[in-house]
Amino acid sequence: MTTASAIELGRPTAPRQSLWRYWRGGLRGSEFTWAIAFVVPYIAVFFAFVVYPVFYGLWMGSNPALYAEVFSDPIYLNTLVNTAVFLAFGVNVKLFLALLLSGFFMRPGWWTKTLLLIFVLPWAIPALPTFISIHWMLNGEWGLVNNALYILFGVDGPSWLNSRWLALGSAILSHVWKWTPFWTVILLAGRMSIPQEIYDAAKVDGATGMRRFVHVTFPLLANLYLVLTLLATIFLLGDFNSVYFVTGGGPANSTHLLATLGVVRDMLELGKPQLGVAAVMSALPLLIPLVIILMRKLRTAEVQL
Amino acid sequence: MSTVTIQTGVPGAAAGRAGTAPMERMRRSARRWRYATNAGAAVISVFLLLWTLIPIYNMIMVSLEAEGDVFSDHLWPPHASPDSFRVVVTEGHWYLEAFWHQFGNSVFLAGMVTILVLLIGSLTSFAVGRMRIRNGWLITNAALLTYVIPASFLAIPFYLIMQHYGLNNNPWSVIAVLVTFATPYAIFIFQEYGRSIPLELDESARIDGASPFQIYYKIYLPLMAPALVAVGTYALLLAWNEYLYQFLLLSSDRSMTVAVALGKFLNSDVAPWNYMMATAIIYALPPIATYYIFRRRMSSGLTMGGVKG
Repeated sequence: MTTASAIELGRPTAPRQSLWRYWRGGLRGSEFTWAIAFVVPYIAVFFAFVVYPVFYGLWMGSNPALYAEVFSDPIYLNTLVNTAVFLAFGVNVKLFLALLLSGFFMRPGWWTKTLLLIFVLPWAIPALPTFISIHWMLNGEWGLVNNALYILFGVDGPSWLNSRWLALGSAILSHVWKWTPFWTVILLAGRMSIPQEIYDAAKVDGATGMRRFVHVTFPLLANLYLVLTLLATIFLLGDFNSVYFVTGGGPANSTHLLATLGVVRDMLELGKPQLGVAAVMSALPLLIPLVIILMRKLRTAEVQL
Repeated sequence: MSTVTIQTGVPGAAAGRAGTAPMERMRRSARRWRYATNAGAAVISVFLLLWTLIPIYNMIMVSLEAEGDVFSDHLWPPHASPDSFRVVVTEGHWYLEAFWHQFGNSVFLAGMVTILVLLIGSLTSFAVGRMRIRNGWLITNAALLTYVIPASFLAIPFYLIMQHYGLNNNPWSVIAVLVTFATPYAIFIFQEYGRSIPLELDESARIDGASPFQIYYKIYLPLMAPALVAVGTYALLLAWNEYLYQFLLLSSDRSMTVAVALGKFLNSDVAPWNYMMATAIIYALPPIATYYIFRRRMSSGLTMGGVKG
C-alpha cells in the first residue's frame, strides 16, 4: 500500500488507484514492458557514466583545503588568465570570421562551391595530425614558418613556442583554424534558411550590401549567433587538444587551460588528481549558468538551430 | 569584409552623379563594381586557400622528407620520396612495431561505438518519441545535459573510476565513454527526424497485432535510414578522432590506438618526424574519406549542433 500513499503525498490530484497506470501512460500490457526495456540501456549509461563520475568528482573536490592550495598556485592563476584570453579571442574571432565567411560562401558559382569543399578540410581531418603538424611548423629552428620567413624575407622569426604569449596566440590561432569551418557551415545553413522573398522585399525598399546585412540578415541570424556563441564557449572550455598538442602547456606550464592543467599537470605529473578536480571545478561558476541558459535556448529554439 | 563596404559606396555615388548619359554611366559603374567584387573575392579566395592548406602542406612535406632532411632550411624537401610511408606500412621502425594492430584497435573502437550509439539512441528515441513513454522529457533533458557538459571535465573522475575497477587498457572503458557522449546527439537527431514519420503507421501496425519490437525493427528503423547514416557517420568520426580518453585509458602497446601512438611519438625526445607525419596522414585518411562520402547526409543533421571537439 506504499504506492497509494506515495500518490497522495506527491500528486494529490491523481486518481487513486493509478500510480501504475500513471507511469504506464497510454501503454497497455506488454507494451509498457517493451518501452521500459527500450529506455533502460540509455538510463543505465547515463547513470553509470555521467551521474556517477559527476558525483565522484564533486566528492573528490569537496575538501575546502584543496581550494586554498589551488588559489595559492601561481601556475593555476596563470591558467585562469589563459583560459579567459582563450575564451575571449577564440570564441569571438572564430564566430565573427564564420559569420563573414558564411556570407562569402553564399556567392553563386562553381568556384565558391569548390573552395568550400577545401575550406572544410581542417574540420574533416582529425585534430591530432594537424595540430602536431602546426606544432612542428612553429618550431623555432626547423619549422616551416620560420623557414619561410627566412627564405622569403631574410628575417629570423622568433621561436614561437618559447614565449608564453606567442605560444598561447599560436594555440588560439590553431583552434580558430580547426573550428572556423564548422561554425561557417552552420551559419551558412542559417543564412540559406532565410527566405529569398525577404531579401527581395528589402531590395525594393533600397536596402543592399552593408545595410541589408545590418537590417535584414543579422537580426534574423542574431538568435542563432547567440546560441552558437554559448555552445562555442562550452566546447572551447572543454577543448583539450589544441593546447595540448600545439604548445604542450609549455613553456614552463605557462600556457595551460583548465582542461589541460587538471589532467596533464595535476594528475599525471604531480599525481594529485584532487587538485585537478578542484581546478576544473573552479570553472563551474561560469559553466553552470551557461549550461542552464543553453539548455533553455536549445529546448525552445530547437527547430531554428 | 572590406569588399562588402566598397561595394555599398559605388551604386549610391553613381545614382548621385546622374548626368548627361545616366544609363551609360550606371552600366559602366555596375561593371566596375562587378570587377571590384570579383577582385575582392579572388583575394579572399587566395588567402583562404593558403590559410587552410599550409598546415596540411607541412604535413605532406615532412612525410616526404628523408630522416636527415627534416632538420634543414627548405620549403620543399630536397630529396622527396614516399619512403616513410613504406616504413610505416611495413612497421619498419621500432616506434611502429604494432602499427597495424593499433590500427585494428582504432577500427574496432570506432565500429563498436557506432553500433552501440545507433542501437541505444534509436531504442531510446523510439520509446520516448513514438511510444510516448510518460516522463520521456526527463530522458531528453538528461541527454541535453550530457551534450552540453564538456567531456574533458569528467576525465579525471572517470580515469580514477576505471582504474579502481581494473578496466585500464580495456577498450570497453573507452567505448563506454564515447557512447555516453555521442548518444545524446543521436537521440536529438532521431527525435527530430522521427517527427516527419506519421504516427498512424505505428498505430495501424499495432492494430494488426505487431509487438513494439516488430514496429521498431520493421517500420521505425527502415524509415529512419537517412538519420541512421548521419548519426552513424558522426559517431564513427567522433570515436576515431577522439584523443583524451584513449590516451588516459589505453596506455599499453597492445591496447593503444593509432591516436595514442601518435601522441606518444610527439612526447618522445627523438621523434622521427617524417615517420610520424606519414603515420598521421594514414591515420587521417579514413575519416577524411568518410567525411566527404557522407557529407551531404551529415549536413542535414549538422544544423542541430554538429560534431563536438
